[in-house]
Amino acid sequence: MEVAYYPGCTLKTHAKEFEKAALKAYRAIGIELKELDKWYCCGTVYSLAKDNIMYKVASVRNILNAQKEGFDCLIVLCSMCYNTLKQAQEFIKDESNLARIKAFMDEEEYKGIEILHGLELLKDKMEEIKKAVKKPLNRKYAAYYGCTLLRPKSVAIDSYEKPSIMERLIEALGGIAVEWPLKNECCGSYNIITNKEIVVERVRHIIENARQRGAEAIVTSCPLCYFNLKECQKDVKRIYPGFEEMPLYYYTELMNEAFNGKFDKGENNNGS
Amino acid sequence: MSYYHIEEEENELLAKVEEISGEIVTLCEQCGICTTSCPMADEMDFTPAGIMHAVKIGDKAVLDSKAIWICASCFTCTVRCPRGIDLAKVTEALRQIHLRKNKDHINLEEVKEEELEEDLPPIAIVSALRKFTG
Repeated sequence: MEVAYYPGCTLKTHAKEFEKAALKAYRAIGIELKELDKWYCCGTVYSLAKDNIMYKVASVRNILNAQKEGFDCLIVLCSMCYNTLKQAQEFIKDESNLARIKAFMDEEEYKGIEILHGLELLKDKMEEIKKAVKKPLNRKYAAYYGCTLLRPKSVAIDSYEKPSIMERLIEALGGIAVEWPLKNECCGSYNIITNKEIVVERVRHIIENARQRGAEAIVTSCPLCYFNLKECQKDVKRIYPGFEEMPLYYYTELMNEAFNGKFDKGENNNGS
Repeated sequence: MSYYHIEEEENELLAKVEEISGEIVTLCEQCGICTTSCPMADEMDFTPAGIMHAVKIGDKAVLDSKAIWICASCFTCTVRCPRGIDLAKVTEALRQIHLRKNKDHINLEEVKEEELEEDLPPIAIVSALRKFTG
């Protein structure tokens, strides 16, 4: 099965390992992720101001472009891109909104397209995933959803208060998924640029909570959560010398680890 | 309340926030579920419920709060508000009131060049610029 795939800027730069692992892992269960021929930055955050049309243009243009390339479904791996594109898609479901935004772009008619996060594609593939496992994972993992896969409600890929899709994936791969209350709490997001000290405290709180629940590693699909959790652990350690760092993985990396029987994270290996 | 209260029809702040956000702030009954849900509330000078109250009574001090810039639009308050108010949009409106006067909250010249070029992922930079500049 071939599906259209939107990478976004960060999967081409800071989170290359996420994309590389994804292409391989999805292929192993019979899904070919075909990158769109043409795509632009989605804008990363959806404008919440009622009158701000311009910030929605880039997302809508990406959606129209996927349609132009002949697809009726678009897969997104980056959680932030997913959230932004999905909210834009919800916005243009309303014809008057679509008309307002079309004034800024002279492209084809919008027929409607489905936008799915890569994890949603795995919901019905758990049996295939189990079959593809060569070396079951044998550690305890905390699935970290953060905000953008779950909120607002209109974009939630799963229950927005008690998601379980990543846990089901971890279990299918042979790992143990711990239950923990902070799995859908914000890591601080772009405060990393303006209020780093707040993000550092958030990260300490999140990691310690995962550890108390028995986790040995954190699994995510958001490159910003990944970056914040990974980088700020170093700062946490400086402030609290007894703190022990916890490794982080993209969910696609775990899939590959289980599918291939070896872990090839290379130089980005975070102490695991 | 010991501080001032502006009648709704004269409340410029409320009118502006409702115009930009599209939300009806006066629906808020101060139950506080937003504040108890907010992962950032401990760091804020105005709690989420405090922000709602300030807008409702026209207290412009909220415009100078740190809280409106600490809110990362995580939507936890939004999904839990029993009155169905999208609080993330209300905070966005308060930020927009500043940004639309050409008052940016971030000065890129203060961010180290190597951080911009190498360390920070593009989603961090672009989202901060979208949220903190006009």
